[in-house]
Amino acid sequence: MKYKNRAYTVFTFFNYLVLGFLGIACLYPFYYVIIASISDPVKLIAYDGLLLTPLKNITLAGYRLVLSNKLVLSGYKNTLIILFIGLTINLILTIMGAYVLSLKDLLLRKPLTIFVIITMYFSGGMIPSYLNVRDLGMMDSLLSLIIPEAVTTGNLIIMRSAFLAVPDSLSEAARMDGATHLQILTKVMIPLAKATIAVMVLYYGVAHWNAWFNASIYLRSSDKYPLQLVLRNILIEGQANEMLADVGMRESPQTLQLIKYALIVVSAAPIMCIYPFLQKFFEKGVMIGAVKG
Amino acid sequence: MARKIKGKAPLSLRLQKDMKRNYGAYFIFLPVAVYYILFAYKPMYGILIAFKDYSPMKGVLGSPWAQMNGFAHFRNFFDSFYFIRILKNTLIISFSTLLVTFPAPIILALILNEVSCKSYKKTIQTISYMPHFISLVVICSMIRLFVSDSGFITNILSDLGITEGNISLLTKKNYFVPIYVISGLWQSIGWNSIIYISALSALDQELYEAARIDGANRWKQIVHVTIPGLMPTIIMLLILRIGQVMSVGHEKVILLYNEEIYEIADVISTYVYRKGLLEYNWSFSTAVGLFNSGINFALVIMSNKISKKTMDMGLW
Repeated sequence: MKYKNRAYTVFTFFNYLVLGFLGIACLYPFYYVIIASISDPVKLIAYDGLLLTPLKNITLAGYRLVLSNKLVLSGYKNTLIILFIGLTINLILTIMGAYVLSLKDLLLRKPLTIFVIITMYFSGGMIPSYLNVRDLGMMDSLLSLIIPEAVTTGNLIIMRSAFLAVPDSLSEAARMDGATHLQILTKVMIPLAKATIAVMVLYYGVAHWNAWFNASIYLRSSDKYPLQLVLRNILIEGQANEMLADVGMRESPQTLQLIKYALIVVSAAPIMCIYPFLQKFFEKGVMIGAVKG
Repeated sequence: MARKIKGKAPLSLRLQKDMKRNYGAYFIFLPVAVYYILFAYKPMYGILIAFKDYSPMKGVLGSPWAQMNGFAHFRNFFDSFYFIRILKNTLIISFSTLLVTFPAPIILALILNEVSCKSYKKTIQTISYMPHFISLVVICSMIRLFVSDSGFITNILSDLGITEGNISLLTKKNYFVPIYVISGLWQSIGWNSIIYISALSALDQELYEAARIDGANRWKQIVHVTIPGLMPTIIMLLILRIGQVMSVGHEKVILLYNEEIYEIADVISTYVYRKGLLEYNWSFSTAVGLFNSGINFALVIMSNKISKKTMDMGLW
């Protein structure tokens, strides 16, 4: 196994080097944002080249402004509301749908599976979906971000594979004992598919946390905006000035810059902090999805 | 025994029996079915408005048919100045992305596969997945800050003489596609490599053993064992990707573009968005969207057929 020749050593060294470079390239943008968010804003704008340490004098003014902003705080609140209610509905519907599609003796299993899978290939598209939400009277309500997103077909298929992997003998035995479908689902299947349910929580959770587009077309009142939409309006639509005016400050390009960096950190931090611990669940989801696809 | 009865009895009888036995299951499925009907199938029916002059007052059915037997909106689109432009932009962005982001994760997986130090491998993997989980709004905000007139990427590129002066790169037409593609690489390289890494770990170790006995060195093992072993996965994903060459998602483009660069950044989906949701031309933009989905569907079928014919492999 172990080759001792020189070509191999060079090859290995090169491998490690390329990977190291890749790792740094992936990570540096995030690192830059963090140190930029506490750097002296005037020096930062004038600085030329790669930043390795924060520029003195270190300031937390960006964070102070961001964390005292009404829109940012209400954005956080709205996102959490959407996350908790949305996730609950996601899990209930996905688990129920996946369980039924995993029943091998169900006569209509095949047509129902096709009924669900067709939606992966065909959809109404942007405008009909928008008009549908409008017709249902969900405009300017957080429901418009929760109900239409209740089930993601890809996730349902992953969940179904997990239920299919549970040995038939277990549910059959429960059946013999007179258990109903609901009992089999809650007492036998769910406990055995916990790991995949964790994957579901993560997938749906990240999707809710990161979503902004639907909010931008369905919501009108800014106090209902989720965090990502607040971010988009401040960072990309350039509404940072209004935000400063909000706390009674004069706009200066330096402060604006500082706020932008701090805002990115504040919004990305939760995911970046929990993600390394959850990574293996995400990977697991990819595997299950791939087996099916 | 149950199977025997199943095979013989007429459908209605079997259905009756099944309902009796599995009514609980159908009951559980009911809310899911309602969801799909309301939020997946009803919008599909809403596509009809592409052939009508939709007005919200009259509803989908009540709205009058568009002129030219309902095809007026399609005709207008094909005749418009934007047709060629957004088609071209979509293809350019999509092919450049494919060219760069499709092979990269394969190469990364091959390199990672050669690393024997487990913890190093794990660390690199964890880091490289990270951008995948960060929201698009944050990713695009970062890109915009980095390539703004005082951004660090703008500075470095102008120091290296690649770009001239300190101007925001996103206001320049030539830089949009490279920015879109390279940031796409950053977002996806790690995450998309997972599937290849798992395919690699499933390869039969005896093949390597045999190759080694035949005197194959490390490099030859990669060429003759690893890459052929990855081929099925690569082809399957390539088919999937080719089916999507005509769809460039609207979100990232909307977050990155601005009026100065519409000429090269405007794609079909962003055009649908602007026409439909910002200018309220609902029927027209539904027609454009439908045209796009039609092409996408044809592409998936076609690429699947080709791969079935040539490689005897397909998605279905």
